[in-house]
Amino acid sequence: MRERPFFHPDRGAGCYWGKSMASAPKGMRLFRNLNAKIAALPMIFTTLVVFVGGTLWTVFYSFTDSKLLPRERFVGFDQYERLWGSSLWVTSIQNIMFFGAMSLVFTIVMGFVLAALMDQKIRFEDTFRTIMLYPFALSFVVTGLVWQWILNPDLGIQHVVREMGWTTFNFDPMNNPDTVLYGLLIAGLWQGTGFTMVLMLSGLRGIDEDIWKAVKVDGIPTWKAYLFVIIPMMRPVFITVLVLAAAGIIRLYDLVVAQTSGGPGISSQVPAMYVYRYMFSAQNLGQGFAASTMMLLSVLIVLIPWAYLEFGGKKRG
Amino acid sequence: MASVTTNVAANVGRSSARGPKPRRVLSPRNIMLYGTLILMCLYYLLPLWVMMMTSLKGMPEIRIGNIFAPPVEITFEPWIKAWSSACTGLNCDGLSRGFWNSVQITVPSVIISIIVASVNGYALVNWKFKGSEVFFTILIFGSFIPYQIMLYPMVILLRELGLYGSLGGLVLVHTIFGMPILTLLFRNYFSSLPEELFKAARVDGAGFWGIYLQIMLPMSLPMFVVALILQVTGIWNDFLFGVVFTKPEIYPMTVQLNNIVNSVQGVKEYNVNMAATMLTGLVPLFIYFASGKLFVRGIAAGAVKG
Repeated sequence: MRERPFFHPDRGAGCYWGKSMASAPKGMRLFRNLNAKIAALPMIFTTLVVFVGGTLWTVFYSFTDSKLLPRERFVGFDQYERLWGSSLWVTSIQNIMFFGAMSLVFTIVMGFVLAALMDQKIRFEDTFRTIMLYPFALSFVVTGLVWQWILNPDLGIQHVVREMGWTTFNFDPMNNPDTVLYGLLIAGLWQGTGFTMVLMLSGLRGIDEDIWKAVKVDGIPTWKAYLFVIIPMMRPVFITVLVLAAAGIIRLYDLVVAQTSGGPGISSQVPAMYVYRYMFSAQNLGQGFAASTMMLLSVLIVLIPWAYLEFGGKKRG
Repeated sequence: MASVTTNVAANVGRSSARGPKPRRVLSPRNIMLYGTLILMCLYYLLPLWVMMMTSLKGMPEIRIGNIFAPPVEITFEPWIKAWSSACTGLNCDGLSRGFWNSVQITVPSVIISIIVASVNGYALVNWKFKGSEVFFTILIFGSFIPYQIMLYPMVILLRELGLYGSLGGLVLVHTIFGMPILTLLFRNYFSSLPEELFKAARVDGAGFWGIYLQIMLPMSLPMFVVALILQVTGIWNDFLFGVVFTKPEIYPMTVQLNNIVNSVQGVKEYNVNMAATMLTGLVPLFIYFASGKLFVRGIAAGAVKG
């Protein structure tokens, strides 16, 4: 979105703003650039029908009492009242908030620390990066299943440490409702921090060598330089990481399904699982629509301030 | 976490990070620096090691042994079983079914989505038309919208098209939801190419498709490779769309893997489970290790929106 040329008089087609497609006068103008328009049809279809249309459709039907099939019997905010009255949903929200806060903090701290370490002109940088990033190539299902196995209390880490002689050692996050989210966190961070590190490292590399020289001339200790000079300069990278991580967290689904299936009990349920349950197995579409609308709302809460910061003041592209 | 932070502070504070050349190999700074990095690498490597080792052991050895220890007696039995006879529900033909399903889903999805998105990006950069930027903005914002809100409308759409529950339907879904990121990728790349190229071709009378095929395509082959990496790993790893838009006979590998491992029936065979998990991870891992820096470039291109 860097370069946003609104007007290209030399490219054949004028770009008109302010009017919508529908109100365009018919005739020659519609056929100008026809090939490009034909080529863009999939995009136009995707944006209008699936993204905008689909979103509006779901929001619209979240106000109905649709059960097995969508139907237009409006019940106002009933679905939302039931949603927030459901302990399953409230637990899901609490879980995602806790998991989200923890993973945002750890992702950013670990990602930045690793990037700062990698930026010390170290040897074998490529090897280190390859090792840290490979989990990111894997499916969340694979990640979830591997960690489920490693954290298995009878045969996993707990068992190994107990075999070594420390018989009271307790490390069984997956079977305790209070700690199961930490089990998910270990797996989630394993998969995602390498990626954050790569983004942060590219941010660090983008910092002018002169800044470092100036810092050194002034005799500022390196850790202070990182904290008070470099991090503030890397604000855009931090915001990108934050937005990407937050968007990923709200969508969190496969990892939980694979690693814990939402258990023990409902202690690791997340909103995306609630939506799936009501849309595709409990046959209560209205609830599913209301829940997914709440998910959309939470993304907008993240996205709108970001868009405002990113394009603040300026006309939003 | 606090201790790691202080480690960094300590070791970057001790000597300047940007010195001319490291003097001693075993300076305290280097020990801290490489020590922390190696420790972190152990965390990242551990699951791969455990997966590999477990999948090569027999069940008796797993029950008495230590998950980190290498197998005393190497057996490939779990791999064979996972591939050809592990059960999901009533089907006992192993993960091979899911593998071939995933291949049939991934190959057309990748090809179609890349063609569509590259033409799209090209049109957005060089053939702007009224409203094209608006569509692009919606597309990018759409990539942040939780898929859950578009799932049911997609189900209806596929049903209307007669594609619900079929491979073709899933290919369409992947093409649609892969479009934002790929279009962004190609748009950014095409807009970095010199505009004179395009103008010169226009003067010479080349049209929309002519310029695309003869100039843009050959010039952006590296970008196609990046897109290929991004899409193959992304689609191969998909779980949600596979669950929602297909039926059990054509479940992709990830879904079948989950069903095999998390099935409640029968005795848990951890070695078979880990072999199955490895098998599912092999394709993206192969892509990752074969592509090297291009993979980094691909994901970074997707993330940094310029």
